[in-house]
Amino acid sequence: MWGQLLAILYRDLLSEWRAREVVIGMLVMALLTLLVFNFAFDLTGAQRAASGSGAFWVAVVFATLLGLGRMTARERQDGAWEGLVLAPVERSVIYVAKLLSMVLFVAIVDLVALVVLAALFDLPVFRPGVLVVLALGTVGLCALGTLFSVMTAQAKAREVLLPALLFPLAIPVVIGGVRAMMLELSGAGAEAAPWKSLLGGFAVLFAALSVLTFGVVVEE
Amino acid sequence: MAKRSSGLSWLAVLGGASFVLVALSVAMIFLYAPADATQGDVQRLFYLHLPAAWLAYVSFFIIFVSSIAFLLRGTPFWNRLARSAAELGFIFTTLVLLTGSIWGRPIWGTWWTWDARLTTTLILWFIYLGYFLLRAYITDPERGARYAAVLGIVGFVDIPIIHMSVRWWRTLHPQPIVVRSEGPNMPTEMLVTMLVTLVAFIVLYLFLLIVKYRIETVRDAVLELRAETAN
Repeated sequence: MWGQLLAILYRDLLSEWRAREVVIGMLVMALLTLLVFNFAFDLTGAQRAASGSGAFWVAVVFATLLGLGRMTARERQDGAWEGLVLAPVERSVIYVAKLLSMVLFVAIVDLVALVVLAALFDLPVFRPGVLVVLALGTVGLCALGTLFSVMTAQAKAREVLLPALLFPLAIPVVIGGVRAMMLELSGAGAEAAPWKSLLGGFAVLFAALSVLTFGVVVEE
Repeated sequence: MAKRSSGLSWLAVLGGASFVLVALSVAMIFLYAPADATQGDVQRLFYLHLPAAWLAYVSFFIIFVSSIAFLLRGTPFWNRLARSAAELGFIFTTLVLLTGSIWGRPIWGTWWTWDARLTTTLILWFIYLGYFLLRAYITDPERGARYAAVLGIVGFVDIPIIHMSVRWWRTLHPQPIVVRSEGPNMPTEMLVTMLVTLVAFIVLYLFLLIVKYRIETVRDAVLELRAETAN
């Protein structure tokens, strides 16, 4: 099972390494979102821990949506998805591999966007607490995102459908991520503990629920 | 199809009952129940607001149960029931948001506020919207039914988490006044009006659910016939 998992993960990472379209596209999206937020709101004042956290998470959510769309678009090329589904592999293994590759891609975006956030808005972002918040929030976001991206892959107007499903259901991640990060950045990391458990619980719950239901989703 | 004649008359009785009950509750809301001492006549919206809110959430519970049953059994009954409950749930959620907004303007001085229950209900509305979009955009009906069931389960599990996260975020909604451990805090006339309206809404809901279910059955039959003639 671990061999299968690693094989699918290797497949996704190798095709991304050769094409370099998903992560680059996500990075451009995230950085442009941060840039636009700089014009939309004041990110330099005393409140910049709050507005910076908000801008950061909006950028990450947009980049994740874009990345999920690119990933499914690539699976549709040359019957790649059919090939994967025909392989003698448990559905849940496919889901976990897809989730891991997406988490890896979003994590790259997280770290680059964090450096940019630190540089542009003069925020003390490199704290262990901030990284924990990012890790938990990213897994939660990708857990639901991966499930929905496979569900919407075959639909018409999937660019509309994926955000329509993911945005409302991922609201706890956005609220929890923004609040926890704001508390960490303003030096009140201890108060962020309930938010971190919310993010962690969300990630575990929806990853487990997705593993359970993924077999139904890819039943051909 | 054979049961149609007897079923229809039974349905007509239910429809008639819901009409009479809704008419009675409207009369009671405006004539029997006293005006609220502090809020005045605007408070009468509450009689519609509360049952609508309960039914909005009950609908999602029906979707949740039907979705699980559909994934386990695969029978069209559960799929149609989920579809019917979703449409009613969406209507009642809209009604809750509208009546709450109209009430909030004179009482809170604002059409909208980001209070926990309001925000959760608004997000519920968006989840219903996503549910319809999913059903509409997936052309294969069998696949659409499966995906909608997955969304029905994931969405229902998410609602308490959404509510908790929004509550930690901020809150302003009036505290519960009907369901409390020390008993409801309102005059008897108001409570009776409330209960009659609640019963009227439940009977109306059942009536609409059955009608909607029949429409879904007919739609499935039409789709099946269309597929047969196409082959």
